[in-house]
Parts: sequence; structure tokens; C-alpha cells
Amino acid sequence: MAGPMVSIRSVRKCFGPVEVLRGISLDVPEGGVVCVVGPSGSGKSTLLRCVNRLETIDSGRIWVDGDLIGYAERGDRLHHLAPAELCRQRQDIGMVFQRFHLFPHRTALENVMEGPVVVKGVPRERARKRALELLERVGLADRAGHYPAQLSGGQQQRVAIARSLAMDPKLMLFDEPTSALDPELVQEVLTVMRDLAASGMTMMVVTHEMGFAREVGDNLVFIDGGVIVEQGHPREVLAAPRHERFRAFLGQVL
Amino acid sequence: MTKISGAVEAPELPIDAVRPPRPGRWAAALLAGFALVWLAYTIIVNENLHWDVIVAYLGDGRIMGGLWVTIQLTVLSMAIGLALGIVAAVMQLSGSPVLRGAAALYTWFFRGTPLLVQLIFWFNIGLVFPTFGIGVPFDGPKLVEWQANELITPFTAALLGLAINEGAYMAEIVRAGIRSVDPGQREAAESLGMSHRQVLRRVVLPQAMRVIIPPTGNQFISMLKTTSMVSVIAGAELLTVAQRIYLGNFEVIALLIVASIWYIVLTTIASIAQHFVEKRFERGHHALPARVRRNLRPFDRGSA
Repeated sequence: MAGPMVSIRSVRKCFGPVEVLRGISLDVPEGGVVCVVGPSGSGKSTLLRCVNRLETIDSGRIWVDGDLIGYAERGDRLHHLAPAELCRQRQDIGMVFQRFHLFPHRTALENVMEGPVVVKGVPRERARKRALELLERVGLADRAGHYPAQLSGGQQQRVAIARSLAMDPKLMLFDEPTSALDPELVQEVLTVMRDLAASGMTMMVVTHEMGFAREVGDNLVFIDGGVIVEQGHPREVLAAPRHERFRAFLGQVL
Repeated sequence: MTKISGAVEAPELPIDAVRPPRPGRWAAALLAGFALVWLAYTIIVNENLHWDVIVAYLGDGRIMGGLWVTIQLTVLSMAIGLALGIVAAVMQLSGSPVLRGAAALYTWFFRGTPLLVQLIFWFNIGLVFPTFGIGVPFDGPKLVEWQANELITPFTAALLGLAINEGAYMAEIVRAGIRSVDPGQREAAESLGMSHRQVLRRVVLPQAMRVIIPPTGNQFISMLKTTSMVSVIAGAELLTVAQRIYLGNFEVIALLIVASIWYIVLTTIASIAQHFVEKRFERGHHALPARVRRNLRPFDRGSA
């Protein structure tokens, strides 16, 4: 295998006068699961959104599977990617949002079919078969005909995961996937994510679920104030956090 | 209030309680009822209202022709207005300041001048541009050329005026609809790799429709009546036709009532249609909030 699936180098990002990312560098190997934790406003969600270019970056570089995200390097100058090329890059990067963002005017099945049919031009019948398989995989085959408003939060999030998987992504981004859920619905989503990790998917997960990070993560990254304060194997860093800020954070969430 | 003492039993009967008296409401209802009856009486016995004339002209061939022109003008100008409105709204939300500015100028100008003035202007456009042609701009050679006087009939002038004016109002309605869609929807669609056009067509516009449809229905109903303004340029729609008839037979009030009856019939039909169209676009949106639905879930049969 060549390089890592995701390479983030010296990434900086400002919102107006506020610098939310202040030089982040991070690698995710193929099949790796990195969990990103940190206090709210620390920049962890912004980092994730930069990887599929929902946000632009002000300096640094991000590569996914060897492709520079958002730009092409020609000679010694960077050129913005044309919209069509950007769409091409995003097809390989799945994203799951805190508030699901299922398409409310389409059923669960139609939500999962939407990407392949519209973006990749897959024939409807084939997309339908594959979508049903994916709904089966997240345990919702019997809810295929339901509209999002008729599903619980946990069910909606599982449909959202299936919708992303339908594009056969190389990388999955999870932006606080369980933060908007009632406590009793968190586990059904984590179970699906655990299975996904076990199947070898490369994942970047912004989360507050330390149990999940310890059990599934290969790397735990603690971000505070726009920089990586501490990282390492989840079991090790959780058992013996080195930095005071990380210890204080863990004291609040555990 | 009834106080109880000690343990008691409640009867297992449906409650059938007497309502408190509402003298104020009864008096107001009596007054309104009396006013209605009196109004109906004065209209029915009034000999200046020629009911026989009204009935005779209700199905008159010329009135029917005017009715048909009114329907055509309404449907065509709403269709063109909606198309113009969508284009202008998308331009207003675009990243290019030139496109945004052009769209803003359009809505500013056409909402800022009276429709009546615009209609008369379009009818007399030949005074400013005597000929229209297709060819090289800036006075270059022309492939085809038309005389404005042949091109601009009362009908085309009416259509231009109504549609372009309507487009300016529809632009605001469509823009409000697009802005009502959760930005997360756009992000979710973009993260699947959809292009801007796909995001708009597949995700944003269908959801914006829920917000766009009700005011558009109102605009349609309003347009049915606004077409009567075309009578100033003799547009051959319902009011123009009614005016032509009463200028001949002096039955002014009778023919105005004939026209009004047909306007009410049209707006009533349109209101009923609006109700069904709105239901169609409610798909996937349920009136029940999430908390209520969660409590109802045990009764959900989960058929798929």
C-alpha cells in the first residue's frame, strides 16, 4: 500500500478574526479509525468539514487517497478545482451529520438510492437492490418505505449512514453522529459504526463517546484551541492522559 | 365550584354539561343575521338591478370569449412569471455580484412601478422601439425584423406586462422558499457529490415548493382578478367585453355583476385546486411533532 488514506498537513482555518484551526497535521491509514474529541468550539467539526471541503482552508494541504483536496497543483501555483472535479472528489468521501439531514421528501429507500442514481447514473433497479441491501445491513429493511419524519432519530441516522455507504466511499466522516440522539438510541447507531469499522472502512469520527473511541478507535486525537494537544492509542491515552487540559476534559465527559 | 369531602365515586357516564350563557355573542349573531337578511331583501326587490338581463348575459357568447381570454392570460402570465421568478431568485442567491445586481434591479423596478403604467407602456412600446429584430447587436445587420405595431397586440402587451410584473413578485416568493430549506440539506447533497444544479433540482427546490406553493396559489387567484386591468388597453378579457356590451345597451350594473359572478366562479375553483396542490407537496412532512410521534410509535405497524 502507498501512503495513508488521509493526510492532513499544517491546516489553518479562520472564521473572520477567529482562527479555529491553528496548524493541524494528522494521518489516517487505510482501514484506520481515528476518533477526534475536544471541547465544543475546539475546531474538531471544522477539521472534519475541511476534509470533504464543506469548508475551505486558509493554509496547509489535505490529501485523501493521494488526491489533493480542493486544488490542483500546476507548476508552482495552486488552482481551485472546477466544480465538477470537486463533486468527483466528494463522491469518495461519505459524511454523516449530527442532525442526520435526510431528504425529508423522500422515503428511506429513496434517500439511499438518491446518490447512486443522480450522481453516478446507476440504473434505478440496480440502485434499489443495493439500497435494500444497505438498509438490511443497518437493520432497517422493514422501514424502507417510511419517510424520515416517521423514523426515530436513531433510525434516521442509520439511514443516513446507508445513504453515504451507497456511494461506495473510501473514507467515512462522522460529525458527532450520536449527539442529537436520545440516550437509549445511541447504541443502535454505534453498533452500525462498529460493524463498519470491523469491515475495514477508513473512518474519522468526531464524538463524545469515549467508550466507542476506546473500543473501536485506532487513534484518539484530542483537539483544544485549534491544535492537537494529545494523541495516541485510545486505551493508552485514556488510561494515562499526559496533558492537564486533556485530563480536565476527560474529567468532564467521563 | 363544587367541593367534595372524603372518598367519592365518579359516575361512569359521558359528560353532558350545560354551557354557560353567552349573551354578547348571541346579540352579535342576531344583529349580523338581521343585516344579512335586510341586505338580501334590498337587493332582491330592487328594480334597478335587472336580474333578467344578468341571467341573459351570463352565458352570452361574447362573455364566454372574454372569460376564455381571462383564463389564458392568467395561466400564461403565471407560468411565465414563475419561470422568471425562479431564474431571478437563483440569480439573487448566486455568488456573482453582477447576476445578483441584475436580479435585484429587475425586482426593484417592476415592483416599484404600478402595473397599470407597465401595461400601458408595453402597449405603446412601438413609440420607443418601432422595430424588433434578430441579428448583430448595436445597430449591426439584422436577420429578421418585425414592426412593433404588428408584434404588440393588446394580448401580447397584456401578457408581457402581467408576466414580467408577476416574475418580480414570484422572485421574492421563490427566494423565501429556497432560503427556508435547512442549509444542512445542501451540505448533505453536496457531500454525496451532487453538482450545484443537481442539489437545486433534486433537493432544494422540491422542499422549497412547500413554502412557495401557498403564496403562489394566492398570486394565481389575485392574477385572475388583476387581468381586469388589461381593460385599459382593450385586452378583450372578461371586463373589457362586459364594458363593450354595456356601452351599447347601458346595462352597466347588470354586466358588472355578470363579470363579478364569473370572477367569483374562477377564484372559487382556483382555491379548491390550491387546497389539493398544497396537500400533494406536504409529502413526507407530517403535522405531528417528533415528541408526539415517538409516543405513538407502539401503534406504528411498520409496513414497508
